[in-house]
Amino acid sequence: MSFGGNVSEIQFATPQTVKEAVKCLAGAKGRAKVLAGGTDLLVQLRAGMVRPALIVDIKHIPELSAVKREDGGFRVGAAVSGAELGANKAFRKAWPGVLEGLELIGSTQIQGRASLGGNLCNGSPAADSVPGLIAAGATCKIAGPKGTREAKVEDVVAGPGKTTLKPGEFVVSFFLPKRPKHAGDAYLRMIPRTEMDIAVVGAAVSLEFDAKGVCTDARVSLGAVAPKALLVKAAGKALVGSKLDDDALEAMAAACRAACNPIDDKRGTIEYRTKVAGVLAKRAARIALERAQA
Amino acid sequence: MAKHHVSTTINGDPAEFLCDTQQTLLDCLRDELQMTGSKEGCASGDCGACSVMLNGRLVCACLVLGVEADGATIDTIEGVAQGDELHPLQKHFLDEAALQCGVCTPGFIVAAKALLEENPDPTETEVRYWLAGNLCRCTGYDKIIRAVMNAAAEMRGA
Ligand SMILES: Cc1cc2nc3c(=O)[nH]c(=O)nc-3n(C[C@H](O)[C@H](O)[C@H](O)COP(=O)(O)OP(=O)(O)OC[C@H]3O[C@@H](n4cnc5c(N)ncnc54)[C@H](O)[C@@H]3O)c2cc1C
Ligand code: FES
Ligand code: FES
Repeated sequence: MSFGGNVSEIQFATPQTVKEAVKCLAGAKGRAKVLAGGTDLLVQLRAGMVRPALIVDIKHIPELSAVKREDGGFRVGAAVSGAELGANKAFRKAWPGVLEGLELIGSTQIQGRASLGGNLCNGSPAADSVPGLIAAGATCKIAGPKGTREAKVEDVVAGPGKTTLKPGEFVVSFFLPKRPKHAGDAYLRMIPRTEMDIAVVGAAVSLEFDAKGVCTDARVSLGAVAPKALLVKAAGKALVGSKLDDDALEAMAAACRAACNPIDDKRGTIEYRTKVAGVLAKRAARIALERAQA
Repeated sequence: MAKHHVSTTINGDPAEFLCDTQQTLLDCLRDELQMTGSKEGCASGDCGACSVMLNGRLVCACLVLGVEADGATIDTIEGVAQGDELHPLQKHFLDEAALQCGVCTPGFIVAAKALLEENPDPTETEVRYWLAGNLCRCTGYDKIIRAVMNAAAEMRGA
């Protein structure tokens, strides 16, 4: 058995370096698709949603599968699986909220393969690891025919299923900056079930405080309430200068609600998604605060 | 394009097969190697009936390409029993009657074995979360969870 009916033959490449991968992708005759964990790509192939001429497995490139310290922060390969990053204790300590998002993806089996790069580049508005990365202020290294460039995570997705990557480009790694002493992050999602479901709303908050407990930096990101994950700058601003009192949290929630532009479907109406976005952001902010104090 | 020639290690033994790019590892195990222990329930990563170990990690074989097995190490349900000697998980599944139609069983055993290798003394909650990606339409799960807990206890020597 194979995917669909008479699919024309698909070529397969396993480049060993970033350079080779760019060459494969840029030189492909027809559509080329990057393969990381395959947990989106294989489902889409089977459903006939994508018909690539070439599949490029990026997992043999050392940079894509490595987690390293860099400038006091972390450099995480775009193809590192959830199971692998979850086993990194230093990463868990620095960025528990980013991991929360990644680890919510699917089951144990899916975690064995699912990657941050795949979750981002698949372009789902509900992708669970993306708000956490955006709140973290993460950037990604993108390689392409013109060399490499850095981009903010919030600038990679263009809309549902679409990225801003140019032909021949792919995401090599993510950079998460060094954490100051008093900092914390958190991600929460709302789903109708307790496991294995798609977010109706996702909210990530990353906070930094000074020694007196005053918030010095705050980034709030929402998933599933717009065509792509949002960085809600006004929500972060509402928290800076405060100690996260109720008024500041309510101002942040109001900014979240104002930023929502969700779809209306059987899993959540516009009104419901908008209201829940504010509630979840408040809860995530409280968890991030607790983590910053710990 | 010619078919891919894949050289891999399955349950400790070298194995080879030919496949097209779009064939999944599950297709290759079942159709090319006649290893039909791993089951296809959904082919979309939702049911876990196709669970195998790929380079020591639990994955859905329906979401892995057969060509990805080249140079890799794969462990399947066929390698769980040692000859005629059943694995404690298999014994306890029988003792607890933790299967009816049995389509989900290979996936549950492979997944549970992976859990017990990582965590020999899991709580019931940990077992239920670990196995959340394995679906069973027959048993109602309680017997499966009990079988895993009992096997874990036996393997710890408790
Ligand atoms: C049963 C099941 C449950 C799931 N549950 C969730 C969930 O709860 N939350 C959630 O967010 N997602 C969920 N998913 C979707 C999926 O698992 C995630 O999106 C996952 O992170 C994808 O990563 P991957 O490495 O498997 O990507 P792949 O399938 O390998 O790739 C996904 C897409 O991104 C492209 N791509 C991959 N890596 C790169 C790169 N480095 N550069 C450029 N393009 C790239 C691919 O070409 C493809 O188009 C689920 C999937 C399944 C099957
Ligand atoms: S057949 Fe692979 S998860 Fe269902
Ligand atoms: S025994 Fe039939 S699906 Fe589990």
